[in-house]
Amino acid sequence: MIIVNPTGCLEVTTTIYPYTSWGVPYIHVAFENAGAVASGIEAAIKALNKNGLLKRNTRVIAIAGDGGTYDIGLQALSGMLERGHGVLYVLYDNEAYMNTGIQRSGGTPKFAKTTTMPAGTVIRGKIQKKKDIMSIVMAHHIPYAATANVAYPPIDLVNKVRKALSYLEEGPAFIHVLAPCPPGWGGFPDEKMIEIARLATETGYFPLYEWDRDRLIINPPSDMYMDKRLRKPLREFVKAQSRWSHVTDEEIKELEKDIEDFLNYLWRLSIGSGVPTPYA
Amino acid sequence: MSTGAWTPPKTTKLMGWRELPAIGGYIMEPMSTTKNTTGSWRTERPVIDQDACIRCRTCWMYCPEPAILELDKPYVTKDGRRYDLTYEIDYDHCKGCGICAHECPTKAIKMVPEGAEE
Repeated sequence: MIIVNPTGCLEVTTTIYPYTSWGVPYIHVAFENAGAVASGIEAAIKALNKNGLLKRNTRVIAIAGDGGTYDIGLQALSGMLERGHGVLYVLYDNEAYMNTGIQRSGGTPKFAKTTTMPAGTVIRGKIQKKKDIMSIVMAHHIPYAATANVAYPPIDLVNKVRKALSYLEEGPAFIHVLAPCPPGWGGFPDEKMIEIARLATETGYFPLYEWDRDRLIINPPSDMYMDKRLRKPLREFVKAQSRWSHVTDEEIKELEKDIEDFLNYLWRLSIGSGVPTPYA
Repeated sequence: MSTGAWTPPKTTKLMGWRELPAIGGYIMEPMSTTKNTTGSWRTERPVIDQDACIRCRTCWMYCPEPAILELDKPYVTKDGRRYDLTYEIDYDHCKGCGICAHECPTKAIKMVPEGAEE
């Protein structure tokens, strides 16, 4: 296994010279080219295997943050997916450029305040919606893409990584993981991090689904939260965090409507791709 | 790292420019951060009640460090339950975030202020 990691919180916390936390071969690359470097490594392994210089199918995993995927690394990622390199790309999404001091990224949700988009009376935090990176990735028609949440590791996250690795012979795989950032999201103590992450799925804010060979499957427990009555109120998730401390009830309603629209879109896509409905 | 404590190698030597390989900033020694003990950062330390623990692995799964060690030590609880595993905390690296205590389904982990008596 070879890990490719562009600049981000993971790189800053794990590789402080002359130390490293990694026990596997690891390469740190520039912010924008995780996809390109991972493609190169994968192609080199394939070539060495073909020439008989290497007799091992080493897997390549790229781990990038939301800045390195949504904004800066998007074209390298798109190129990698389009060329069909067998690389697992893991996006850990904490919804802003956290380690440089909480700047807005393409992954920041609507109305969340950051240091570059502070909340005032006119501009209420970020104006735009969160970029739907999964749809961009799915549009490349790769064999496997999935969303996961750090609050559901024992079955969901572990199985998705295992499944993604088993698809690498066919082409690239992509996993989008939601990872809360206690200093950046703010307003809750460190020990509640997992609880907040779980709320994101329970309120429908971050649904768990996978794109498995052109079929969109909504995974449990998110399939249950497709029903509005079973979902927790979004207020619980929003008001627990200081990045949304300024939002009013009308703005929460607006966020709720966006979530409802997105879940309907997922539902239509899921049914349209031929997945039987669990609650028909 | 999953089972038992890993013993770090003895030294981390800073290499000069003559000794370093041709290009780039190489780090030749894997997992050398284990030598950098960060346990002094915490203000509260987790303490596991081995009798209340049901060995569900939840803390081990959620620990971001990971500072929960899964040891092959048999343990028999006071009410006669027999376990092959024991979970212990690596106090050299635990930063005291408290996720283990918060997520524990049986509330077997308590956060004790650093410096206080157990």
